[in-house]
Amino acid sequence: MTEDALLFRLTGVSHSYGEQPVLHGIDLCVRRGEKLALLGPSGAGKSTLLNLLYEQRPGECALQPQGGALVELLSVYHNIFMGGLDRVGTLASLWNLVRPLPAARRDITAMAHQLGLEEKLWHSVDRLSGGQRQRVAIGRALYRQQPIYLGDEPVSSLDPLQAQLLLSHVLAQHETAVVSLHNRRLALENFDRVVVLRDGRICCDSPAAALSSEQLDAWYLQASSPDGHPVAGTTDDDSWVIRTS
Amino acid sequence: MMVALRQSLQQSSVRSLNSVCLLMIIAALLALPFADFRIYSVDPWSELSRIGMGLLLPGWQQPLSLLQAIVHTIAFALLAVAIAAPLGLLLAMVFRWRVVRLFCAAVRSVHELFWGLIFMQLYGISALTGLLAILVPFTGMFAKVFAEIFEQQSNTPAQTLPQAAPALARYVYTLIPQSLPALLSYTRYRFECALRSSAILGFIGLPTLGFHLESAFKQGYYSEAGALLWAFLLLIASIRYWLRPRLLPLYLLAAIWALPETVGFSSGGSLWRFISEDIWPTPLLQGDWPALAEWGAEMWQRQVWPGLLQTLLLTQVAVVLTGVVILLTYPLASRSLAGPWMRWPGRFLLLALRSAPEMVLAYIFLLLFGPSGLPVVLALALHNGGLIAFLVANASDAEEASRTRRPDDPTGLKRYAYVETPRRFPALLALLFYRWEVILRESAIMGLLGVATLGFFIDSAFEEIRYDRAMLLIVVGALLNMVVDTVSRRLRRSFAVAPV
Repeated sequence: MTEDALLFRLTGVSHSYGEQPVLHGIDLCVRRGEKLALLGPSGAGKSTLLNLLYEQRPGECALQPQGGALVELLSVYHNIFMGGLDRVGTLASLWNLVRPLPAARRDITAMAHQLGLEEKLWHSVDRLSGGQRQRVAIGRALYRQQPIYLGDEPVSSLDPLQAQLLLSHVLAQHETAVVSLHNRRLALENFDRVVVLRDGRICCDSPAAALSSEQLDAWYLQASSPDGHPVAGTTDDDSWVIRTS
Repeated sequence: MMVALRQSLQQSSVRSLNSVCLLMIIAALLALPFADFRIYSVDPWSELSRIGMGLLLPGWQQPLSLLQAIVHTIAFALLAVAIAAPLGLLLAMVFRWRVVRLFCAAVRSVHELFWGLIFMQLYGISALTGLLAILVPFTGMFAKVFAEIFEQQSNTPAQTLPQAAPALARYVYTLIPQSLPALLSYTRYRFECALRSSAILGFIGLPTLGFHLESAFKQGYYSEAGALLWAFLLLIASIRYWLRPRLLPLYLLAAIWALPETVGFSSGGSLWRFISEDIWPTPLLQGDWPALAEWGAEMWQRQVWPGLLQTLLLTQVAVVLTGVVILLTYPLASRSLAGPWMRWPGRFLLLALRSAPEMVLAYIFLLLFGPSGLPVVLALALHNGGLIAFLVANASDAEEASRTRRPDDPTGLKRYAYVETPRRFPALLALLFYRWEVILRESAIMGLLGVATLGFFIDSAFEEIRYDRAMLLIVVGALLNMVVDTVSRRLRRSFAVAPV
C-alpha cells in the first residue's frame, strides 16, 4: 500500500467534551477501498470517532450522523437535495425551494423509488416514521456522491431485510466506508474490517473474516461481567442483534 | 463578581438568585432619595375620575379621523417590520462579524423616538421619517434575536451538507427552516411592539394614534382619549384575528397606499451637511481644543451627568417595582391560583397593561401627578410588569395542563408561596433582566414628557437646533444602554436560565 492510499490516520488521539473524556489514545488508519465496521456499546465513543474522521477530510465524505440530521419543515425531496448543494448555484438552490429543478427532480425521484419513499417525496419529514426518516438520511448521503461514506448507526431503525439491502447498496456506492453499527451480523457479512471500541479505547481491530459472532459478543459482555466470560443464553434466536446490557 | 456569583450558584441556586435580587433592591432603595418623586398636582383624584369617565364613556366626534390614525399606525408598523425583518435576517447570517454586532448594538440602543427626532431634521414630518424611525432600531433587534435563535439550533444538519455549498444556500436549507417557527413567532411579537412604537411616534408629531391622544388629553377631551385607548387595546388584542399570512401582500400594498403625505418642510435637510457639520460641536470643527474642552465640561455638568443620573435612578426603581408588579399580578391570571374562570379578568388587566405603550401610561400619570419621576416609574413598572406577568401566568398554565396535579398540592396563598412562585422565579428574573435595557431606553425617552431624564435634554437640544448637543446626549444614552445590555446578559447567563 502506498502512502496516498491512506485516507485517515489517527495516532494517539484523545478527545473530551469539557471535562468528560471520550476517547483515549486512539490509533487508527483507514485506507482507500476499505469497508470498516465500528462496533461497541453505547457511549463507547463511536460517534466522536466518526466526527474526528470527518474533520480530516470534510470535502470527500458523505456523513450520516445519528438521527439523520433532517430538517423537519422541508420535504423528503429537499432533504435529499441538500446533499448536492455544492453542485448548483445559490440562485438555483433558492429557486429549487419554490419549484424543483428538473434534473434534480428526476434523479431524486428515481432514488426515492429505490428507497421506498416515492409516495412520501413531497411530504415534510416531520410526518414520517423513524424508518422512513432514516431512509431519507441515507438518500441525502447517497446524493452527496462522495467516495467516502461515514455512517453513524445508519440502518438502526430499519427491519433486518431492508437494513441488509440498503447497507449493501450504500457500501456499493462508496469506495470507502466507516460505519458504526450495533448489529454484529450486518458487520460481519458486509464489511472487511471490524473495529470494536470500549470506554473510549480500541479493544479489537481485525479483518472481519477472522471474527465470529461469539467473539464479538465477548467484547460487549465484558462491560457487565467483569471476568470476561460470555454469559450463557446468548444463543441463535437473537443472533442478529448485539446485546448491549 | 460574576465569578463569585457562578461559584455560589454551584453551591445553592436559590442563594445566588436571592443575592442578585437583594443587590437590585438595595440599589433601588439607595436611588429613592435622589430621584425626583414630588407630586406637583393639587388634586390628582378629580383628574383621575375624569379620565376614568372618559374610559367608561368613550366617544368620538369624527370617526373618519380616528380611522385614519389607526390606518397610519398600522401602515408604519407593517411596512417597517416587513423591511426590518428580512434585513435583520440577512444581518443575523453574518452576525459573527464584529462590525455587524457593533452596528446592531448601536442602532438598537437608540430609542425609536430619538431616531424619529433625528430623521425629522432630515426628512420633516414625513412617511420616510416614521418608517426609518421604527425600522432602523428594529433591524438591529431582529438581527440580534435571530442570531440567538440560530445559535440554539442543532448543527448536525449543516454537517451533512457539502463543504462547498454556498453560505446563503446553507442557511436557506438548514438553519432557517429549522428555526422557522421561532423566527415567525418573534416577528409576530415584534409587530405588536412596532404598533406601540408607531402609536407613540405621534407624540413627536407623526399622524398616528399618539398624536390624537396627546391633543385629546391636552384639550381635556377625555371621552375622545378614552376612545383612542380602547381602539388601541382592541387593535393589539385582535392582531391574531386580522394578521393572516395570506392577506399580508394585500395589507402591504394597502399600507404603501395609506402612508401619510409629508407635512411641514418637505425640502429635507441635506443629509451630508447634517452628518459632516451639524452634529459636531463648532469648536471641534474649528480645531479649537480649549473651547472644545470647555464645551464638553459644560455639557457634562449641565446636561449629561444630571440626565444620566436621573435616567439611571428611575430605571433602577422601575426595575424593582416591575418585579413587585409581576409578583402581585401574575397569580390573578393563572389557572391554578385564580381558578379557571376568575383568571379572565386578571388576564384582561395584564393584556391591557401589556398593550398600552409606556409613553401613553406615563402621559396619563403625568396628568395626575405632574412632571416628576413618579409617573415614569409607575408607567414603566405597570407596562413591563403586566407584560412579564402575562408570560409567567402562561408558563404556569402550560405546566398545569402538562402534568397531572398532585392531590396533596397546597392551594391558595400557600400554593403561591411554596409551589408557583419558586417554580416561576428563575424565568421571571431572566425576563426582568431582559427588560432592563428596555426600561432604561424607555426612561430616557420619558424626558420628552418633561421629566429630567436624558430625553428631556435631547428634546430641548433639538428644539434649539443644537444638533451637536443632541448627538452627544444620544450617544451617551446609547453607550449606557450597551453597558446595561452586557451586564444583564452576564447576569442572565450566570443563572443559566433560558427565557420562557
